[in-house]
Amino acid sequence: MKRRRFLQSAALVGASSVAAVGAHSWLWRSSATAANLPRLIVVMLRGATDGLNIVVPYRENEYYESRPSIAIARPGENEGVLDLDGRFGLHPSLDALMPEWESGNLAFVHASGSPQATRSHFQAQDYLETATPGETATRDGWLNRLLAVLPEGTPAQGVNMGTGSVLPLIFAGQASVSNVSVNAAGSPRMSRDQRAIQGAFDQLYARNDRLGETYQEGRAARDVIMRELEAEGMEASRGAPTPERFTNTARSLARLMKGDTGTQVAFMELGGWDTHVNERGILKRQLIPLGNGLAALAKELGPLYQDTTIVVMSEFGRTIAENGNGGTDHGHGNAMWIMGGGVRGRKVYGEWPGLSEANQHDSRDLAITTDFRDVLSSVLGQQFGLNNRAIAQVFPGHSVTRSLQLL
Amino acid sequence: MDTSQKITHVLDRLTLGARPGDRIQLQRAGVDTYIQSQLNPPNNPKPASLARSLRGYATLSLSPVDLFEQYSPARNSSPEQREAARARQVQIVQEALQARVRGALESDYQLQEVMADFWFNHFNVFLGKGLTKLWVGVYEKDAIRPHALGKFRNLLGATAKHPAMSFYLDNWRNTDPNSRRARGPYQGLNENYARELMELHTMGVNGGYTQADVQSLTRILTGWGLGRTREASADGSGFTFEPVRHDGSDKTLLGQSIPGGGLDEGERALDLLAQHPSTARHISYKLAEYFVSDTPPEGLVSRLSDRFLATDGDIRAVLSSLFESDQFWDDAYFQVKFKTPYQYLISMVRATGLSEPDENTVRRIVGAMGQLGMPLYRCRTPDGYSQQESAWLNADAMLQRLNFARMAAGLDRENRPNAAALKETLGEAFSAQTLAVVDDSPAGMRPALLLGSPEMMYR
Repeated sequence: MKRRRFLQSAALVGASSVAAVGAHSWLWRSSATAANLPRLIVVMLRGATDGLNIVVPYRENEYYESRPSIAIARPGENEGVLDLDGRFGLHPSLDALMPEWESGNLAFVHASGSPQATRSHFQAQDYLETATPGETATRDGWLNRLLAVLPEGTPAQGVNMGTGSVLPLIFAGQASVSNVSVNAAGSPRMSRDQRAIQGAFDQLYARNDRLGETYQEGRAARDVIMRELEAEGMEASRGAPTPERFTNTARSLARLMKGDTGTQVAFMELGGWDTHVNERGILKRQLIPLGNGLAALAKELGPLYQDTTIVVMSEFGRTIAENGNGGTDHGHGNAMWIMGGGVRGRKVYGEWPGLSEANQHDSRDLAITTDFRDVLSSVLGQQFGLNNRAIAQVFPGHSVTRSLQLL
Repeated sequence: MDTSQKITHVLDRLTLGARPGDRIQLQRAGVDTYIQSQLNPPNNPKPASLARSLRGYATLSLSPVDLFEQYSPARNSSPEQREAARARQVQIVQEALQARVRGALESDYQLQEVMADFWFNHFNVFLGKGLTKLWVGVYEKDAIRPHALGKFRNLLGATAKHPAMSFYLDNWRNTDPNSRRARGPYQGLNENYARELMELHTMGVNGGYTQADVQSLTRILTGWGLGRTREASADGSGFTFEPVRHDGSDKTLLGQSIPGGGLDEGERALDLLAQHPSTARHISYKLAEYFVSDTPPEGLVSRLSDRFLATDGDIRAVLSSLFESDQFWDDAYFQVKFKTPYQYLISMVRATGLSEPDENTVRRIVGAMGQLGMPLYRCRTPDGYSQQESAWLNADAMLQRLNFARMAAGLDRENRPNAAALKETLGEAFSAQTLAVVDDSPAGMRPALLLGSPEMMYR
């Protein structure tokens, strides 16, 4: 409950600390200037993305042999991949990200993932979120543990951009996290009568005990978040038809980070990647909003993008061979995406194991040569300047075997 | 405590929250008589409307074997058949949820409901783990509820043999590695259940057992199987003992020798565990934590442990001691237990007096539990949900609770609660400051404000 101390200092301004914080946004600025704060955004793609059709090993004959109907064509061919480095190509529906690649802000770590060879979505997602693969009893997520080792920030230091009111496991734990529930237009959900009753609740909880302080902390965080999200820029998208929820959510997040909230750690998610059937069509439909959303995030962050790293990950990869339904089944290794102003981009990291049968995991899947925690440890160490002790707190029981210079 | 506070205290701790009329009933009966009646509930639920509803949940009267045979897809079924089976299984879960929430909201025998929740949580199973879903409802109804105020040994035995537990903690796989059946799902020893049986269900993590004890207990429990069909489990209970998978060698458990045998080894082991002083202490601590304080006074815990040992683990007797203790009635513990999401939501709805809610209303309440991080029957880990304030009091959850206070105030559209009735139902719990804010607010808001007030967060 370390964030309570911040609030107590804010409360010195007046008897009603909520109002005080709301009215004196300079207080937030002074403790957490928007510029220069290191930031991390994690985007989780639930359902297991097919990394082999996203960061495509187009030089490998096995790739085309294994996927006669769903392989993405070589560069230059009709609907072919966008060449990355002469070896790998990007799915053409992600063309919005090519400028990021070209300017060196985007990298991938291929053949990465969780060493625990579960093929259950449910369990594998848990492991990715707790970062303790194989250990089912872990109850907190690594983003929450990250908050615990960061220098104290605002009550909105950690923000979940969700659609409901449940915090994902990755954010579960002791440190408080603000849960921003946004609708398809990226606007916060709150009705008018909710505002009216909130004033009365503020009075009920204007007390100096643990309960009152906790309430005030939550209100202060929500208040400042609402203020940012309701700023004029959002009005344009309000009520608009919204096929691109993800893009709108990404824009809202950028707005939050640029504003007074002091948000440093954020989480977003996008489902619908379980492409057992008709993968070609589904990927096209899914990747376009994802690419647009990430590009919008980069653009909207403006100068802050320099201090921001975005990690995109999914619970596991998919089988090398396509199945009988124009899709792929649950596999193993996948590609992680690393994006941001400070990224040493234009590079596909990781040791590529190849697709030949001898190198396959369980004779069917892309092998894993880089533990996802090695990737995350590198990002956190370089992004937040965390030492080994702090990193060990975020990833307990893990010792880094492959150190990457991603930033 | 004065009489009025005593009434509030009893309703706070022995029930899931006051319903309209409860205070008057308690006043008439007297606190002691009320406690006695709660400790000795009849077999039939009351009121009659609740009993009728509960009888209507068909899957709760099936045996574990019936549930498996009728609700799980056959071995070689097609994807469509699997889908259909999954759809049928929804009914099992829905009926379990409906039965639990309806009982919590409406039953006159509230201590029974409190203890059903307490013991389910103590012997937690997670319905999201494979077949556990089939049996979660009957596990509570047949293994937990009949023993909720009975002998701890019976409760322990019923949970140990129930397919829900056997599946959830993998003991159905637990097999002597030298057995000729040690292959496929029965690859060898699996100490998952044996460990939790000592760490969580009985002696507690610091109860004084060793890794060697865990290994012994694991071997003792080899062959305690899961019979999914009538052939395997003639009585339909789903429990079987498979001698061929059992390690029949002599063992030592907690310093006692357990000669090689069969099923009786496990029964001996459960006897030893149920009678162990560490178990008495562990259970007593948890009861005191639930009924008195997050940091229960040592004197109370040892008094309850003594009673547990003296009565051969008689839960009713231990609770009786608890309710008679000075500590239970100490002003220092009045309204200091922070309600879990389950307790908060149920207590709000009880206060509104909602009766015979339809299925959708129950679904909304259950959904709210999930949104507050305490989904019913969905605690993944075997240690169950925490009863400590620190687990549930956080900034975001507080704001969400208030949203649900608004929801609770509007659940019964025909019969919305009014502020005066709520104040009467909940007694003098509200501070002058709360009452001043509430009375200053528009009438339409007052019920939600009372239900979302700081006082309502505690019991």
